[in-house]
Amino acid sequence: MNDPTPFRPYAQGTQPPYDVPEYRGTNKRHPKHALHALPHTVTETTGPRFSPAHFPPAVDMTINTSGKPALGERIIVAGTITDENGRPVPRTMVEIWQCNATGRYDHPADQHDAPLDPNFHGEGRVFTDDNGRYRFITIRPGAYPWPNHKNAWRPNHIHFSYFGPAFATRLITQMYFPGDPLLALDPIFNGVPDAHARDRLIAQFDLDITQPDWALGYRFDVVLRGRAATPMEE
Amino acid sequence: MAIATASQTIGPYWHLIEDSTWADLTRFGAEGENITLTGAVLDGDGQPCADACVEIWQSDPPVSEKFPGFGRSNTDSKGVFRFTTLKPGPVPGRGNAQQAPHIAVTVLSRGLMRGLVTRAYFQGDKLNETDPLLMSVEDPARRATLIARPDGAGVWRMDIKLQGDGETVFLDV
Repeated sequence: MNDPTPFRPYAQGTQPPYDVPEYRGTNKRHPKHALHALPHTVTETTGPRFSPAHFPPAVDMTINTSGKPALGERIIVAGTITDENGRPVPRTMVEIWQCNATGRYDHPADQHDAPLDPNFHGEGRVFTDDNGRYRFITIRPGAYPWPNHKNAWRPNHIHFSYFGPAFATRLITQMYFPGDPLLALDPIFNGVPDAHARDRLIAQFDLDITQPDWALGYRFDVVLRGRAATPMEE
Repeated sequence: MAIATASQTIGPYWHLIEDSTWADLTRFGAEGENITLTGAVLDGDGQPCADACVEIWQSDPPVSEKFPGFGRSNTDSKGVFRFTTLKPGPVPGRGNAQQAPHIAVTVLSRGLMRGLVTRAYFQGDKLNETDPLLMSVEDPARRATLIARPDGAGVWRMDIKLQGDGETVFLDV
């Protein structure tokens, strides 16, 4: 029986370490032992499949059951998901969550003194098309304080969860906005050692995605791990 | 060659995307040996991680309309996650090896810049003695962190210690 083709190891410095002293939450949660090597097996090279039939898309996060629009600056976020070999990742599920325009999450643990928007929950779900493209509509999230250090504020960001074709391609990340002065001060963003890898977490303003008289557009392209060698094709 | 996008923490507010039914992998009608897989996620002080997202993936039984193979559970105030699933059988390893029945487990949380991946094997399974991953963990005490123990009828328990004494073996996937 042929061994499954493994996925590439992550390129050096392009993923954050577990121990980021400036990010206080990592202090008691990072393992002290090195990760244990595991050659990829069928467990790592296969993964879940999500179909829109079971997991209905929620493409416009500004529309909700109340029928009233969410408050804030409406934006369009779009991009392409490819793998490290440059191939699109088709029909994969993308989960999205974020705070509202005032910097408050619709979540009981968020006690920031900023108003909730009853017309914005902050949850979305989209699927890429056959060419790995996705697009959704939301509100530009606000900045908010957090207790990591004195006068600490998270830059504006949107959370993303990606699955890709295999257990080994799972990715959770955050998308940031260009020109945000808080980026230079944020220990989570700066927890990624490689400057280029960090910059790729920042969406690009895109006039082609921008819809005239309606909403600004941002491009956020994502790369998931690719297989180390090209499998034989039929 | 493109380089994979960097990971960022899932943070404390991931519950916005939570659907608690995902913790039950039998919800679409899959039939087999039903089990509960549970345990607590604990930090370096032994304190519960009450805001974690725990995900499981198993390649056996094969994914079907009735069996998603994937589940997600939150952790409660005691750090406890809980899944209902079907007990996996052995799956092929690399070369001619066979892998003992196991479930892949990922912990995501505030304070984790990336997910931590481990596996839950089942105590008492004869194949554990020849499983390539278990055999590659030389220290028996560390190896034991990968093995769930029976905790009542059909219930398997494996605590996950992120740091310090009894630290779980995490895998470089």
